[in-house]
Amino acid sequence: MEDRVEATITVNGTRLTRRIEPRMHLIDFLREELGLTGSHVSCEHGVCGACTVRVDGEIRRGCLTLAVQADGRTVDTVEGLSDSGELAVLQQAFHERNALQCGYCTPGMLLTAQALIKEHPEATREEIREFMSGNLCRCTGYQAIIDAIETVLRTPRTEGVR
Amino acid sequence: MNDRIDPHRLDALAPQASEVEAPPKPGTTKTAKPAKTQVGYVGQSVPRANAKRLLQGRGAYTDDLKFPRLAHVVFFRSPHAHARLKKLDLSRAARQPGVIAAFDGRAIADYCTPWVAVLGHLKGIKSPPQYAVAIDRACWQGEAVAAIVAETRAQAEDALGHVVAEWEELPVVTDMEDALANRTVIHPELGDNICFARSFETEGFDAAMKKADLVVEETYGFGRHTGVTMESRVILADYNAAEHSLTVYHATQAPHMMQDIFSRHLNIPEANVRVICKDVGGSFGIKVHVYPDEMATAALSVMLRRPVKFVADRLESFLTDIHAREHKATVRLACMKDGTIVGFDLDDLTAIGPYSVYPRTSGIEGNQVVNLTGGPYAHKAYRAKMNVVFTNKNVTCQYRAVGHPIAVALTEAIVDLAAQKLGMDPAEFRRKNLIADDAYPYSFPSGLKFEKLSHHQCLDKLLALMDYTGLRAEQAALRKQGIHRGIGLAAMIEVTNPSPAFYGVGGARISAQDGATVRLEPTGMVTCLVSVTEQGQGTEGVFTQVCADAVGVSIDKVRVITGDTGVTPYGGGTWASRGAGIGGEAVLQAGKALRANILDIAAAVLQVDRATLDVRANSVVDKASGEERLPLAEVGRIGYFRPDTLPMKFQAELTVTRHYTPREYGFTFTNGIQASYVEVDTDTGFVKLLRHWCVEDCGTVINPLLVDEQIRGGIVQGIGAAMLEECLYSAEGQLLNGSLADYLVPMTGDTPDIEIAHVSTPTRQSELGAKGVGEAGTAGAPGAVMNAINDALAPFDARVRVQPFTPERILKALGKI
Repeated sequence: MEDRVEATITVNGTRLTRRIEPRMHLIDFLREELGLTGSHVSCEHGVCGACTVRVDGEIRRGCLTLAVQADGRTVDTVEGLSDSGELAVLQQAFHERNALQCGYCTPGMLLTAQALIKEHPEATREEIREFMSGNLCRCTGYQAIIDAIETVLRTPRTEGVR
Repeated sequence: MNDRIDPHRLDALAPQASEVEAPPKPGTTKTAKPAKTQVGYVGQSVPRANAKRLLQGRGAYTDDLKFPRLAHVVFFRSPHAHARLKKLDLSRAARQPGVIAAFDGRAIADYCTPWVAVLGHLKGIKSPPQYAVAIDRACWQGEAVAAIVAETRAQAEDALGHVVAEWEELPVVTDMEDALANRTVIHPELGDNICFARSFETEGFDAAMKKADLVVEETYGFGRHTGVTMESRVILADYNAAEHSLTVYHATQAPHMMQDIFSRHLNIPEANVRVICKDVGGSFGIKVHVYPDEMATAALSVMLRRPVKFVADRLESFLTDIHAREHKATVRLACMKDGTIVGFDLDDLTAIGPYSVYPRTSGIEGNQVVNLTGGPYAHKAYRAKMNVVFTNKNVTCQYRAVGHPIAVALTEAIVDLAAQKLGMDPAEFRRKNLIADDAYPYSFPSGLKFEKLSHHQCLDKLLALMDYTGLRAEQAALRKQGIHRGIGLAAMIEVTNPSPAFYGVGGARISAQDGATVRLEPTGMVTCLVSVTEQGQGTEGVFTQVCADAVGVSIDKVRVITGDTGVTPYGGGTWASRGAGIGGEAVLQAGKALRANILDIAAAVLQVDRATLDVRANSVVDKASGEERLPLAEVGRIGYFRPDTLPMKFQAELTVTRHYTPREYGFTFTNGIQASYVEVDTDTGFVKLLRHWCVEDCGTVINPLLVDEQIRGGIVQGIGAAMLEECLYSAEGQLLNGSLADYLVPMTGDTPDIEIAHVSTPTRQSELGAKGVGEAGTAGAPGAVMNAINDALAPFDARVRVQPFTPERILKALGKI
């Protein structure tokens, strides 16, 4: 436990160096050590997607990634992607369509949806459902989430997607 | 750093950017004053303001809180379903790095008294005393027998491995029927395993049933399942020894109930206990009960004189969050040749684990099944027998739609079977038997009273919405091609807006009334404090709408605060589909009273007759012309800072509190009907849910966007129960699927698009007219899906009767395995 490892990680644009317990998961590091509580812990074994964050631009499960694995990498969370404005169009669509209730799954949903928008801009409704299947929501019944993502995909994009 | 904040983009999140048509766009500082609000916000799909922080990950759930000297507790839990603790040695665990203390049940019992979960109106219900941490014996796998507190959660978990426990295994009762037979009695001091029993029979039942032309009977099984809130149970208790006060940050649905319970069981004056709900990550009834580990956490804060937090991990959630709905029920339906239903006969058995859950008891679910079975229909004969038994599995209690999914599935499955035997179309069979829309007020054989329901309007609307005739034709055509689709209907009645008849009359200190305080701020803003809580369903959003209409302001002027016993009026919280109907009426009445008080001030200032004035769009106006006479900010300025300019004996009252309790009916029943369209692969047993429809009558629909989404979410939870979810136990009482990899919940890919429509019959008990809606989806979906699958299987003379309807069960029904 005492054999901490030094790691340098760029989190939401800020480069920081910390000595980290090797067993600490990335999600716990972000939440407990950095106070970035926007990403959530739910199933704790990679099923539900509530802890989804971005590592070097790719979405990752924060509960399946060790914090030290992020050494030398870039990590983005919902807080950073909100401040940069990257998620603004999706957030607006989620808000207007009420694609969230308790909001616990929402940051993970947004990050996964943003990856879908980047990787599969032509996705059909069925493909959206398939892509989003790794993110569990217990409140909405999903339809509003799918609607919101579909709305963003079908709207001519001038901003919000890079 | 990343790009700087782009204000334009953030503006896009503000409510003014939304495409709400009417009423006026919530005013920005630059736009003109909103137009007169003849059309109110009530009834409009207004996005809710409190969603914005959640969308940026800037909410604050209880686990997000950090306190100085915060300690973390974990529990050492029984690995056995039933065992005596011969030896428990915590000394090594207590010496591990970071460990602050380790306690057994006896030590904690000195600070937290045990409880017995019974209610006076459930005659004969019994349960043994339950301790915050079990003493000497564990009665289910996962029951806590020791607590370890450390500076970090990881340190506390590390220390768990150093607890030494020796167990003597005791006989285990896991099967309901074994429990009922009483061969092994779990709590010998109670005499038998029966927690609660109820039987009921209408006069002349046997004679009526004998006259029937047809009696159909089937036995149905329901797998126990659980709520799976995405945020697990969390509590952070902070005891202040100097004040002998306790502040509890708690992911709960009922903060005032918990305030009372912490006070009584920890012996702290109620006024010294404050319960605060931060953002709550889903509840569904899971977070309305007293959990022993949460009580222990509060006791530990007192014992250690510092803040202590407990967060259930996912395995603990599966082992200890209440389960629900483990039932086996035989139901008989008697009818005449023309399809007229004569009566229902129910025999229900349900198992609840080793304790009735405090303070609502585990007798309510079975009681509801008795109350509600047969509910939509106009028969006169009814007999019911119900046993609630103890077993050595996790406890069960009220989960979303309490009893309804069982009662609806039983009723609707046997109704379909009767229709099939008579060769009648299931929709026509229902039309013949649903209580007529002009028959109200109506007394149901089980004793329930219905104010006004709309079964026939809902049925007609549903059949049109789904194109029932067209679907039947499609089904028939596809059958010829070897594609097996089925259509299932499920009519329902639902308990909402409960009066004290639910808990209060039984002696539970659970409020059936709720309160709202509405205050005009000096700037013309309105603050609204409500005793109903928010866990994502949009309570605060609908209260904003109701309050804005009632006072006469735009919604951007209203701030709603909930979930703090130190701040809001006293009330029941959120459960039993009561928040909007009861809390909303309190807000409406408080808002109207504030409006009247504002007019009193304005009349005094303007020296005009009060009757000539009104409040519209953030100003006092001339009622006839609509001309602005006094902005509310001016009313606030005078009321607070220059009351010397008002008449000598006039006191401005800019804070108003009102309460509401439904009293005329025990429950404000709602009704609705759902339909499911499925395709069964008869080679693999897999079911694809193609479409789902729901027509619901929840009275006044305050916000269609939120209501429809809540119904959809409820339906998907019901689909989960019907298709996927079951807490599987071995014969030894070991939970076999305590993770989200093994216990399946619906994913987006499993879920069909769901179409919602409404019939609106406002309750006349309140001015707002809103009934509850939060449980409608969950109540009806399992029955509709069950009937759809059985409709698809009809050509094979096969039926499924045990939920969840796994591929294995379907293939067994088809005789393929």
